Amino acid sequence: MSLDNLLDPTGEREAAERPRLARPTSLDGLTVGVLDISKARGDVFLEKVASLIEGRGIEVKRYRKPTVARTAPMAIQQAIVEEVDVVVEGLAD
Amino acid sequence: MQKNGLVAVVKRDCPTCVMVAPVLQQLLKQADLTVYSQDDPAFPDGMDGVTDDTALDISYDLEIEIVPTLVRFEAGQEVERTYGWDRAAWESLTGASDLGADLPAFKPGCGALNQEQDRLAELRIRHGDTPMVSRLIPLGAREDAIEACYERGWSDGLPVVPPTQERVLAMLEGTTRAADEVLGPMPSNLDTCTVEKVAINAVMAGCRPEYMPVVLAAIEAVLEEDYCLHGTLATTRFVGPVVIVNGPIAQQIGMNGKGNALGQGNRANATIGRAVQLAVRNIGGGKPQGVDRATLGNPGKLTYCFCEDEDGSAWEPLVVDRGLPAGTNAVTVFAGFGLQGVIDDKARSPEELVETFATSLRAVDNVNKFPGPDCLLVVCPEHENTLMEGGWDKARLHKELMARMVVPAESVMRGTHGMAEGVNPKLAGKTVSKLVPTGLLIVRAGGGAGKFSGIIAGWTPGTPESSRPVTKEIKS
Repeated sequence: MSLDNLLDPTGEREAAERPRLARPTSLDGLTVGVLDISKARGDVFLEKVASLIEGRGIEVKRYRKPTVARTAPMAIQQAIVEEVDVVVEGLAD
Repeated sequence: MQKNGLVAVVKRDCPTCVMVAPVLQQLLKQADLTVYSQDDPAFPDGMDGVTDDTALDISYDLEIEIVPTLVRFEAGQEVERTYGWDRAAWESLTGASDLGADLPAFKPGCGALNQEQDRLAELRIRHGDTPMVSRLIPLGAREDAIEACYERGWSDGLPVVPPTQERVLAMLEGTTRAADEVLGPMPSNLDTCTVEKVAINAVMAGCRPEYMPVVLAAIEAVLEEDYCLHGTLATTRFVGPVVIVNGPIAQQIGMNGKGNALGQGNRANATIGRAVQLAVRNIGGGKPQGVDRATLGNPGKLTYCFCEDEDGSAWEPLVVDRGLPAGTNAVTVFAGFGLQGVIDDKARSPEELVETFATSLRAVDNVNKFPGPDCLLVVCPEHENTLMEGGWDKARLHKELMARMVVPAESVMRGTHGMAEGVNPKLAGKTVSKLVPTGLLIVRAGGGAGKFSGIIAGWTPGTPESSRPVTKEIKS
């Protein structure tokens, strides 16, 4: 049995592909999360980004994954969802 | 494929095919023969040029039902076919003589692999030979199908069965109705509700194909103007569709109208009610925090379906009260909620028991609320026995209950019982009735032990402006 495709059970009003959440046009009034995924020196880059954002009077909350090798622990995922409006993370070394 | 000369379709796992293998060898020397093997390209052993049809595409195109099948083509057209081993037929078809001289004259064949249910479904899908037109939602390579259904908002909160093409195709086999038949616009979006869309949601609910006629009838019922689906969905009150099934189909599909009839544990009860709600959610767009504005809702909005215990009851079934002959397969939908238990262990006469029923009915929603919502009284077997032994049939019970719904307005007026809720003081000196004349349905269900009946209360008094129960005959 193929699980590659499912038949749409809906009235097909919405696009089959789910759109990304709309990006905010401004960070004013929002809380920004900065997620360090523990990639080497990512913290240096992200700290600079965080301080630049804070310099614009915007609240920043910092998060850090214990290891780059695994997905974020549920507690961190939940904290990000509850506490901030947008998230910045860095992927590269 | 080769559409000239002779075509034989065989499989190793068929004693008749094995038996006729030498005949095929014989024919190969005399005629333009192509052999297709369904299960093993090395069969028949030692034969050159056997074509691998383990994918069964050729067999499907040829609509093979039995192996061996021997077909003769001329100029690309099939002109003759025989199946199994029948020497006379094979000789007639091939023009050869002395075929399989050492074999018996006749031996029946075996079922073809392309006819096996799961393979046939796969083939129909691969060949685009299905009636489904709903769009396909592609999943990511590593996406879990059940989680994908959650992500897309298709679930009622519990896991759903992912609606694959194979499952939906099988579900559509459960009804003789065409997949593109339109049942109507589904509130609140008013998007078109087709048999196919119902089948997809029935798959997700966990239905078996044989439940489809019941699901379709229930959905036709909630789409009736009388049921007022949009209103019962958008209300802040508690209700959802309660589905009551009558007729022999209930037993045929294994529904439960006896012990725990309104509870868990029976697949048909659980999934038919759920299919209706999933269809409302997905086709109609009726989602909580969206169009569904219920303040509390009720657990029955996941599923609420049972059958009347017709075999165990001496009463006429609900379907007769609803104007159809006894024995009719039918569903009745009622916008209802919850279950208010009615316990009376002590009554030994109808006169005593009816007071318990009546007092409980008058208390629905609020003892001062007159009129109240329509009600469905579910009478348990022991209570039915008490009534029957006292000489009361269901019509008598209904009449006696309705008489007891009428009370002096002063007894339930605003301020009575210390409550602000109540009847308007302008009605002082008059009587008021808890139920409108059509506001009471009675069914018989439940286990043999226990004097525990129940009231399923409805939305509002059942007037043409509100919701009224709808009964639909189950077709096929």
